[in-house]
Amino acid sequence: MLNSIAYITASSYLAAGLTIGLGAIGAALGEGYAAGLANESISYKPKMSGELLKNMLVGQAIAESAAIFALVVAILLLFAQPSSGSPIVAWSAIGAGLAMGLAAIGSGIGAGSPAGKACLAIVHQPSEKSRIMTTMLVGSAVCQTPAIFGMVISFLLMFMDFSSAPLYPAGAALLGAGLATGLAAIGSGLGSGLPAGAACLGIARQPKSGDKTMTTMLVGSAVCQTPAIFGIVISFLLIFMDFSSVPPYPGWAALLGAGLATGLAAIGSGVGNGFTAMEAVSGTARNPECNSETNRVMLIGMSVGQSTAIYGFLVSLLLVFTKMEPSTSLTSCLRLLGAGISSGFGGIGPGIGLGIVAASAVRWVARRPSSTVALIRTMLVGMAVTESTAIYALIVALLLLFVL
Amino acid sequence: MDIAGPDFIKGLSFLGAGLAMGFGAIGPGIGEGFAAGKACEAIGRKPEEAGLLTRTMLVGQAVSESTGIYSLVVALLLLFVV
Repeated sequence: MLNSIAYITASSYLAAGLTIGLGAIGAALGEGYAAGLANESISYKPKMSGELLKNMLVGQAIAESAAIFALVVAILLLFAQPSSGSPIVAWSAIGAGLAMGLAAIGSGIGAGSPAGKACLAIVHQPSEKSRIMTTMLVGSAVCQTPAIFGMVISFLLMFMDFSSAPLYPAGAALLGAGLATGLAAIGSGLGSGLPAGAACLGIARQPKSGDKTMTTMLVGSAVCQTPAIFGIVISFLLIFMDFSSVPPYPGWAALLGAGLATGLAAIGSGVGNGFTAMEAVSGTARNPECNSETNRVMLIGMSVGQSTAIYGFLVSLLLVFTKMEPSTSLTSCLRLLGAGISSGFGGIGPGIGLGIVAASAVRWVARRPSSTVALIRTMLVGMAVTESTAIYALIVALLLLFVL
Repeated sequence: MDIAGPDFIKGLSFLGAGLAMGFGAIGPGIGEGFAAGKACEAIGRKPEEAGLLTRTMLVGQAVSESTGIYSLVVALLLLFVV
């Protein structure tokens, strides 16, 4: 029979491995992308290699920060003394590892986009070097927000004292808290990198409209953070809730399902909104006169694109707050877990699809403002059909929650 | 927690319904989005053909929807029939 200290130590080691294993994916991809574009830029103007190398290294350093957060959390998990000998600490350690590891993926890849595109931008417009670099720095800093959300949740899970909480349902709730923020941060990190990269290129193309481009980028990147915020809200609910108010069975399945529903559904909306914001930034740079039309269509597209994350968030709230009868049957547990999985995975595809529709519409509004009305109409019809599968997933989740 | 046979089957069929509809929604979501995105692009190029393009988009999306509907049917079978 395993004693609980061995159980906790083993789980912390597993969590440390997950944290840095997952956390290393994003930064490496993003930095590799930046290095690739830096080389492409140098091949256009080899004389500027010094400048471009410097810009690449600054950009990569910011993308690296997500992986460094993950490294810090992994080392803490390896060497920090567990706060108590209660087996619940094993679950909070794994939740902490997943929150940080998953959250670092999006921010790392996202920050690669401005770092690489800034090199291309500098080579095309060397006179705007400092402004492009500033845009890159602001853009990549915004990309790190989701990774910071992940780190906050992972510190809470590591250092709060849960020893008085019952293993069921609190263990699953803490795992769910880690998954909600970690998964939701993937989409937002990836998404907010895309407008930042487009802004660097846009400023190089049309230095005169740089301010408008920058404003559109900031609005777009900020809206891209919404899905990550849904994730962190659910994580806070799961961490600070009163565990004694929930029956252990099937409560554990409801709380784990709540984490999965918001986390997974947010991935799609985050990435999709990133596509839309990217096209709005490019469009503003291409055609600054119709900036207000572009921004309006971007915001309409992004708010519809947000819907799939909202379905996931809604199902999570229902799973957390619906009063449930205690029952030890497997059916009652998997019913609730199934609801979370359905609305979570079901939100990914439609979220990305809605973003693709809105991105195309925004691109063509910027090119041909005269057909804005026709484009908005087609965009909304197309989005409604794309939404349908997310609605099926929501229906299945609601049937599982309330009918069965 | 003791698990009896019928409970095990019912429980896993509920989980299966969630998985079926969850994964099944990914493909049609992205595919229909791609179709609608291209339709917006085409209307941007030729706004006077908006009617024809929207019709083609809807037919294409309806076909792409089919796999989502299969998932929904299987999910509903798992929930209510099996």
